[in-house]
Amino acid sequence: MGKMLVTMTVNGRQVEKSVEPRLLLIHFLREELALTGPHIGCDTSHCGACTIDLDGKSVKSCTMFAAQADGATLTTIEGIANADGSLHALQEAFRQHHGLQCGFCTPGMITRAWRLLQEIPNPSEEEIRFGISGNLCRCTGYQNIIKAVMAAAGELSASKEAAE
Amino acid sequence: MIPAPFEYHRPKSVDETLGLLAQYGDEARIVAGGHSLIPMMKLRMAQPEHLVDLRHVADLDFIREDAGSLVIGAMVTQTALITSALVRDKCPIIPEASAQIADPQVRNCGTIGGNLANGDPGNDLPAVMLALDATYDVVSKSGTRQVAARAFYKGALETALEDGELLSAVRIPIPAAGCGHAYAKQKRKIGDYATAAAAVLVTMSGGKCTDAAVALTNVGNTPLLADAAARALVGTSVDAAAINAAATAAMAITAPASDTRGPAEFRTRVAGVMVRRAIEAARGRAG
Repeated sequence: MGKMLVTMTVNGRQVEKSVEPRLLLIHFLREELALTGPHIGCDTSHCGACTIDLDGKSVKSCTMFAAQADGATLTTIEGIANADGSLHALQEAFRQHHGLQCGFCTPGMITRAWRLLQEIPNPSEEEIRFGISGNLCRCTGYQNIIKAVMAAAGELSASKEAAE
Repeated sequence: MIPAPFEYHRPKSVDETLGLLAQYGDEARIVAGGHSLIPMMKLRMAQPEHLVDLRHVADLDFIREDAGSLVIGAMVTQTALITSALVRDKCPIIPEASAQIADPQVRNCGTIGGNLANGDPGNDLPAVMLALDATYDVVSKSGTRQVAARAFYKGALETALEDGELLSAVRIPIPAAGCGHAYAKQKRKIGDYATAAAAVLVTMSGGKCTDAAVALTNVGNTPLLADAAARALVGTSVDAAAINAAATAAMAITAPASDTRGPAEFRTRVAGVMVRRAIEAARGRAG
């Protein structure tokens, strides 16, 4: 039951580590790479606090082994901000619209919403609710999270149009 | 929670997979999407010595139409089932049921093969396959055999799969044009298994039901084909009396556990309501 070498691209950075096959991806990110943005909430794939982006899809990193992500491209909340360090439109919208209270679910919530807005650039409220249904928040009642995602969608569309 | 140690294998082909299964026997477990197995490994209720990951077996990820059947590879994810135009066009009950499984992140990993081969009565797609009368391709070192979905499920987590075998694809006879369908599921919350759910197919001609299938999720040790419920619809106009008779017949074959989803009596009642709703929706969609 030896260790194995895994290589992946995390937030644009190539990483290579020797891991035990049983090491969960969330533990790899938090303990080996010190990326503590993705949280361990329920540890049973229900709450979505550990959500990351893997090869263009949202996944729960508590229910995948690091070995399975060998060769993959990952984005965590640490990789969402703009290149100049300013907040991404979603991060800014969560701040402006009080899309968080305790903040524990927020990294997973934003990382999921970030992918959702690439899947559906101008989602309806219903599409947002369905799209983030794998992310639990025990504080906000979701209202302000929905508002924040809608505001960010508007912001991103406007800046895309301006660029065109 | 940290699983027990294991050796990780990442075969590239079905042949290589079957070789590993033959080599390690019951010490090996196949992992597809992992969202049933990995939680069990974290609880140490499953402790495979060898984990055989299908993620990189490319010839298991396909959807195609073949001689009146829809053929779907085992590693097609539930997200892909929802977004496939071909599946939506030929067999819309599959995306309808798939969209009610767990949540977006889980559906990005969860596969049709895992959902069907796992044998947990809480899985949603087995009842859909019973209703559609699908067949599973089961491969091993000694060749391929085909097992009808209706003969596959033996008990809770017990299926017709033997050691060394892999469910590689599902063959679904494409329902006749105009066949109405519905999958109705009650669950307490996103991510939970059904309190009860029902898959229904209804074909109408000249105002009469000419063919029907009814199957139930999570109200017994296996998914249940409700033959008597389907017979109660055939030959009728699917009026209130027929729907009542079908719901009653379906409720009669349930044997749910009393659990956190409610007492057995309640779950049987919910199964009746789901059958009723699914029949009404399927009839409304039948052309």
